[in-house]
Amino acid sequence: MAKSSLVTKPRDILGNSALRPDGAHKVQGSFEFTSDLHAENMLWGATLRSPHPYAKIVSIDTSAALALSGVQCVITADDVPGKPTYGLISSDQPVFAQDFVRYMGEPVAAVAADHPETCRRALALITVVYEVLTPLTDPEDAIAGSFAPIHPDGNVIRHQRIIRGEQSISGPIVVEGEYVIGMQDQAFLGLEAALAIPDPDGLGLHLHVATQWLHEDLTQISACLNLPADKIRLTLGGVGGAFGAREDISLQVHCCLLALKAGRPIKMQYSREESFFGHVHRHPATIFMRHHADSNGKIVKIDARFVFDGGAYTSTSPAVLINGITHTQGPYKCDNATVDGYAVRTNNPPCGAMRGFGVVQACFAHESQMDKIAAAVGKSPVEIRLINAMVTGDPLITGQIMESVAPVARCITETDAIPLPELMGQTVNELSLPGGSGLTASRSNIVRGIGWGVSMKNLMYSEGFDDYATARCTLKDGIASLKFATSEVGQGFVTLAPQIARSVLGVDEVILEPIDTQIGSAGSTSASRQTWMSGGAVDGACRLVRERLFHHVGLMHSIDPIRLVIDGTDVIDQLGTFRVSVADASEGIEISETFEHHHRATEELDENGQGNCHTAFAFVAHRAVVDVDPELGLVKVVQIATAQDVGRVLNPLSAIGQVEGGIAQGLGLAVMEEIVMKDGKVRNPSFTDYLLPTALDAPDVVAVMIEEHEPQAPLGAKGIGEPPCISVTPAIVAAIRNAIGKNIERIPVRPQDICL
Amino acid sequence: MSANEFYSLNVNGETMSVQDSWVGESLLYVLRERLGLPGTKGACEQGECGSCTVLMDGEAVCACLVMAATAVNSEIVTVEGITTDSELTDVQQSFVEEGAVQCGFCTPGLIVAVHHLLGKNPQPSEFEIKEAISGNICRCTGYGRVFAAVEATIRSRNDSK
Ligand code: FES
Ligand code: FES
Repeated sequence: MAKSSLVTKPRDILGNSALRPDGAHKVQGSFEFTSDLHAENMLWGATLRSPHPYAKIVSIDTSAALALSGVQCVITADDVPGKPTYGLISSDQPVFAQDFVRYMGEPVAAVAADHPETCRRALALITVVYEVLTPLTDPEDAIAGSFAPIHPDGNVIRHQRIIRGEQSISGPIVVEGEYVIGMQDQAFLGLEAALAIPDPDGLGLHLHVATQWLHEDLTQISACLNLPADKIRLTLGGVGGAFGAREDISLQVHCCLLALKAGRPIKMQYSREESFFGHVHRHPATIFMRHHADSNGKIVKIDARFVFDGGAYTSTSPAVLINGITHTQGPYKCDNATVDGYAVRTNNPPCGAMRGFGVVQACFAHESQMDKIAAAVGKSPVEIRLINAMVTGDPLITGQIMESVAPVARCITETDAIPLPELMGQTVNELSLPGGSGLTASRSNIVRGIGWGVSMKNLMYSEGFDDYATARCTLKDGIASLKFATSEVGQGFVTLAPQIARSVLGVDEVILEPIDTQIGSAGSTSASRQTWMSGGAVDGACRLVRERLFHHVGLMHSIDPIRLVIDGTDVIDQLGTFRVSVADASEGIEISETFEHHHRATEELDENGQGNCHTAFAFVAHRAVVDVDPELGLVKVVQIATAQDVGRVLNPLSAIGQVEGGIAQGLGLAVMEEIVMKDGKVRNPSFTDYLLPTALDAPDVVAVMIEEHEPQAPLGAKGIGEPPCISVTPAIVAAIRNAIGKNIERIPVRPQDICL
Repeated sequence: MSANEFYSLNVNGETMSVQDSWVGESLLYVLRERLGLPGTKGACEQGECGSCTVLMDGEAVCACLVMAATAVNSEIVTVEGITTDSELTDVQQSFVEEGAVQCGFCTPGLIVAVHHLLGKNPQPSEFEIKEAISGNICRCTGYGRVFAAVEATIRSRNDSK
């Protein structure tokens, strides 16, 4: 360093950019991901999967695999001692296929052996005789009832409508479109992995696993193993990203079954190809929307029909459907609506949670519609959105009143105020052109476009689910320890939790205890909920401890505890001169408190889709600038400007990381990411063929955080994980339309959609 | 598993012997599973993601694409060998301080790639940085903080000149 000065580092309390406690380990390669775990005497596990989207299993012969040297055991559906199925909402997915396989990649058997290569050879030696059946791949066939049920629970997973206001009302402006959203993969980098270690008595086990929700896994595993939950301990292994794909069971039950059967520790880890088959994806959807507006462009009514392809098993499809249809209006006022929504079962891969959860799909449709209204009434994309912007107190099409802080107009105007990028010069670095390192585009062909997207996203769980989180705080000798089961998947709760403790308790040193099932549930790391929910639980536990600390100090020093507050790292008397450091005040004592944070109750929708089904909402606006080569159909996203309603920024560095990361995923869905299906078969299960944004695809992101504290939220902060990836996608597509003057209603936008 | 290959690899300046291995094992597998060096990660095993980036004779390579038994005459440096004596390098420090680490799965590969870049080209342009790390996929950060970390490293190296 050239110059050094005496700077006191700000304390890592709420509002400051505290650094990740696991950062040093992660940059050194010493952070233990689940796939890095080893146990003495360990074997490897692997899964045999169906090559067919739909087939009857005639027979399975495992004898040759069992005879292979190095193979310890082979298991199939017959070896599941408990419930043969699992599932988050409906237990309709077999641990191993029994009579039928219903999607390509469905698990049929698993092996344990001494080496991953032995496993692969053993899988190849298992003979499964299938009677191949014609798969149900078109969701409309499921709705029409024109296909025999592919599952005992039928081909329609859920049907729900929303009927609001005047059904026959219209306006002078009517615009419509049918929007198609492709199947996106979460593509976390750290592949599925688990290590199951059986107890010495063989009556229980310890599972280390990369998951989003330890307690939900525990419940499902214990049912399938037919073991009481107290015989199974789950510890979170290091997780390499999740984005929704680790909410469902993947290898958990298989790994435990193999460990119990082999009587030895089993490690399983998926390859990238297997990962594409091993977890649920974002639902592909077809959404028809017709907007009726007055001559100013104010929305009068929306008609919509949603079809979500849930694939072979339920997963979270019912909740994704509800999220989609209840966000039909987007962040805009709307008094009248007719919405019909289906989540259906097909022989396509099961779909479930992914960042944005149903709202991504709805947003692409409603934002495309907003631009059509704008064009019809001769207004700009910004004007049309400001005219319709929702405010707190507005009724939604479910009849629920918007109670959250709703700075929709501010999101739009603050985004609009962000300077546009410079126009492209006549000579440019070729890497900055569409096509990047392919070096195919030429400067003279490039046209630039600008587009907008604005979104509303519900936070936490909906429809009556009691979605709580638990945390324990223990204060001893000036050090706080925190215990929770909150999955750290990369989002940074391990950074935030100590910030909360420091702010509330005036401590500096905070120890994080292992994340496992030795405490109550924290709920899932999903739905943008952990800052609010587990943050609320940590905050609550720390406050209870603080109260007891004040009581103790009050007793010791004859001060009414009500006069005591935390000032920096001291306890002080607000009305006097007394001051003692928290370290001294807590010396020799131990105070421990556990707190459960519950959000307010929600309710189910009635048959007309009316009800207070959601907990809270967050908003965001995105403006995209793109360069397009119309001849080659290539797109470069130049800049994303965004203003996001975050309630309150608790850690600026984490916040911008969430915003930039979400934008990259939304960009992926807009222009490159799609699991390509043909007749129920996945055609591109690899990173060679499923394209992800790289450093050369990353746009400049200019972000503004809109801080209007949310009174319902324990820390004033809204969840910020999902909104960044929602409206950025329609903004990019709108920018492409703007550049080339062509209507595009399908994402991802492929080169042929532009140039043909 | 017929596992009867015996050979030695030079990793992070040490000669390490590989015992009883199967000849088909990749360098990635051998580093992680046989030599106790799990810092190198695998996320595609197809040379697409860069999580497994290591240096082989000074060049950045994907360890998943190298047969371990063919690497016997090379000097290999993994993320574990980038750090000497448990102190963080300036690149590592910048990654932590600039928020370039979220889940961290891509991080070891990026750390190796950035060290490699700055070793060859101490003053890379914006596009040289982007191109150099475009083989390292990060699903969490959207790369903004990664660029910031690389730029911060370059700044601090320039400042201390
Ligand atoms: S694991 Fe080697 S490049 Fe992805
Ligand atoms: S930090 Fe998660 S993949 Fe890069």
